[in-house]
Amino acid sequence: MKSQSIINAVKHGFLAASFLLLPAFAVAAGGDVHLDKAPVNLSNQESLQRGAKLFVNYCLNCHSANYMRYNRLVDIGLTEEQIKNNLLFASEKVGDTMQVAMPKAGAKAWFGVVPPDLTVEARARTADWLYTYLRGFYRDGSRPTGWNNVVFPNVGMPHVLWELQGHQVMKTEEQVAADGAKMESHHLVLDKPGVMTPAEYDAAMADLVNYLVFMAEPAQVQRKKLGIIVLLFLGLLFVVSYYLKKEFWKDVH
Amino acid sequence: MKNKVEKCMAGVLTWVDQRFPLTANIKAHLTEYYAPKNFNFWYFFGSLALLVLVLQIVTGIFLTMHYKPDAALAFGSVEYIMRDVSWGWLIRYMHSTGASMFFVVVYLHMFRGLIYGSYRAPRELIWLFGVGIFLVLMGEAFFGYLLPWGQMSYWGAQVIINLFTSIPFIGPDVSEWLRGDYVVSDATLNRFFAFHVIALPLVLLGLVVAHLIALHEVGSNNPDGIEIKAYKDPKTHIPLDGIPFHPYYTVKDIVGVTVFLMVFSAIIFFAPEMSGYFLEANNFIPADPLQTPAHIAPVWYFTPYYSILRAVPPIFNSQFPGVAAMGLSVMIFALLPWLDRSPVKSIRYRGSLYKKWLALFVVSFIVLGYLGTKPSNVWGVFDASTWIVGGADRATIVARIFTLTYFLFFILMPWYTKKDKTKPVPERVTA
Repeated sequence: MKSQSIINAVKHGFLAASFLLLPAFAVAAGGDVHLDKAPVNLSNQESLQRGAKLFVNYCLNCHSANYMRYNRLVDIGLTEEQIKNNLLFASEKVGDTMQVAMPKAGAKAWFGVVPPDLTVEARARTADWLYTYLRGFYRDGSRPTGWNNVVFPNVGMPHVLWELQGHQVMKTEEQVAADGAKMESHHLVLDKPGVMTPAEYDAAMADLVNYLVFMAEPAQVQRKKLGIIVLLFLGLLFVVSYYLKKEFWKDVH
Repeated sequence: MKNKVEKCMAGVLTWVDQRFPLTANIKAHLTEYYAPKNFNFWYFFGSLALLVLVLQIVTGIFLTMHYKPDAALAFGSVEYIMRDVSWGWLIRYMHSTGASMFFVVVYLHMFRGLIYGSYRAPRELIWLFGVGIFLVLMGEAFFGYLLPWGQMSYWGAQVIINLFTSIPFIGPDVSEWLRGDYVVSDATLNRFFAFHVIALPLVLLGLVVAHLIALHEVGSNNPDGIEIKAYKDPKTHIPLDGIPFHPYYTVKDIVGVTVFLMVFSAIIFFAPEMSGYFLEANNFIPADPLQTPAHIAPVWYFTPYYSILRAVPPIFNSQFPGVAAMGLSVMIFALLPWLDRSPVKSIRYRGSLYKKWLALFVVSFIVLGYLGTKPSNVWGVFDASTWIVGGADRATIVARIFTLTYFLFFILMPWYTKKDKTKPVPERVTA
């Protein structure tokens, strides 16, 4: 059940809402949705590579990553040769940015909206949002695509990864709280299994989000490493400058 | 050999000094500028503000080499700096963090002036130049914030420029003139770039020089708020409680700079977004003139004034009173030297009345600042049956109360500083 996001729509009363939203539930854009914690780990290069592969195979058909160059993937342990052979179309060069072939006007006509560029999506949305979003699609006959999403209600994007995850449906239960207020709780249930088990799908989405976080700021691993060195240097400088000051100020009374 | 080199150097120095007062200036501003010996923690922030100014200028020059002030290219050029320019990410984070840290040190520097009465005679002009620096800095930050061309850049600029529309009679023309278009557009971006990289930095540097010249003319105040020039050595005419700025305060400021750089680096390397307070999540979405974000909040250093703007209710359907109150809340600092009627300068010798008002002012500033980051319904609404405030946003009512206390701190200052029971001031500085 780990993969099932829960949303809670409260029908009656402010008190009931605050009761329900106690520690376990966070408030997010698009309703009171609990966001699952994305297990981001940028030092796990295998996970980043699997995520990159998912990204190029699935996301990159519609979403561009205009500011991300393919050869930046050497940062996650791939060689330029591997990138060329596995991730590029024949016409592309390894120093190109991740463009998308789909025309913008067509995208607008098909989905009602141009799919956003995903280069820095993880910084705009947060990793937790993406992790919950990618696992939050469910069947909804009222939508033109047949799909809806718990964290992005009425989203234009269909569930591209349905083959992997299978079909989820939204189940609604009515509950009565201690004070008698009625509330509805919604949760997703796997209706038709996909190629992956729920646990495998969660792990795959963790890889994908991991990659999206990396892509949003490829320098971040280097940044944190350098930061430690800089702070150590400044710590040393502090000791030296402190005693220098003390020495100079000896004769001030 | 060594003697020859020394002789040669002395010769060069004499040659320069006969044509430019180099030695005289070094003496006047460093080695023979006598600062009170009792500076404390609060006196680090002046030199730190100067440091951040230099950092902003240097990092700004390098960013300008790669940034494109063009509505179609700006967002991408920032990402290009973050990815493809060698050390671009570091320079950009130094600049974005530097903007926020500039306000941190300037606010603390101003607070120092407030508690030790540094604005009082004979330092009124230092204070006025300082208020000028503060105003220009706000403009500089505002113009710079548009440049990344993200959603928050775009809509923040839209909101601020629209404020000018509410000025009676000339408002709409003024805002159109500022934008150079009917909406924030490429034309706006280009002129904001010009203001940000050349116009305002020039004014800022001029004001900083004036601030320092005025300071070195009258000498620094100190935590006791007394004049060290009143007690001089009869022979050397050096203030008895003064020490040469160099080397004493230069070596002391190096310690302050190091500690500051540790905080600065911790942010740059480990939390450059500062949970959305320094770099907002919405600004990682490219500017879209057709889609307004759900909640537009200014960057944290503008939020107290933004709160005041929102708190003042419109009159005759005009937002102008709010805009005027916001402008006044910034400008009113300039009047401090003439509002304060206390016989003492420093908080150390003031009575409890002043301390209570100052505490209320600080609380007002912080609460207004917090509320400015949130939508006005953040605390819900008062029950419809509540006396007077029924149905109103709780946060709006709180912001109104603190807007009032913010202004009362200044307006009532002549009264409470005069009435306050002060303590006797020592003749010489204390440790």
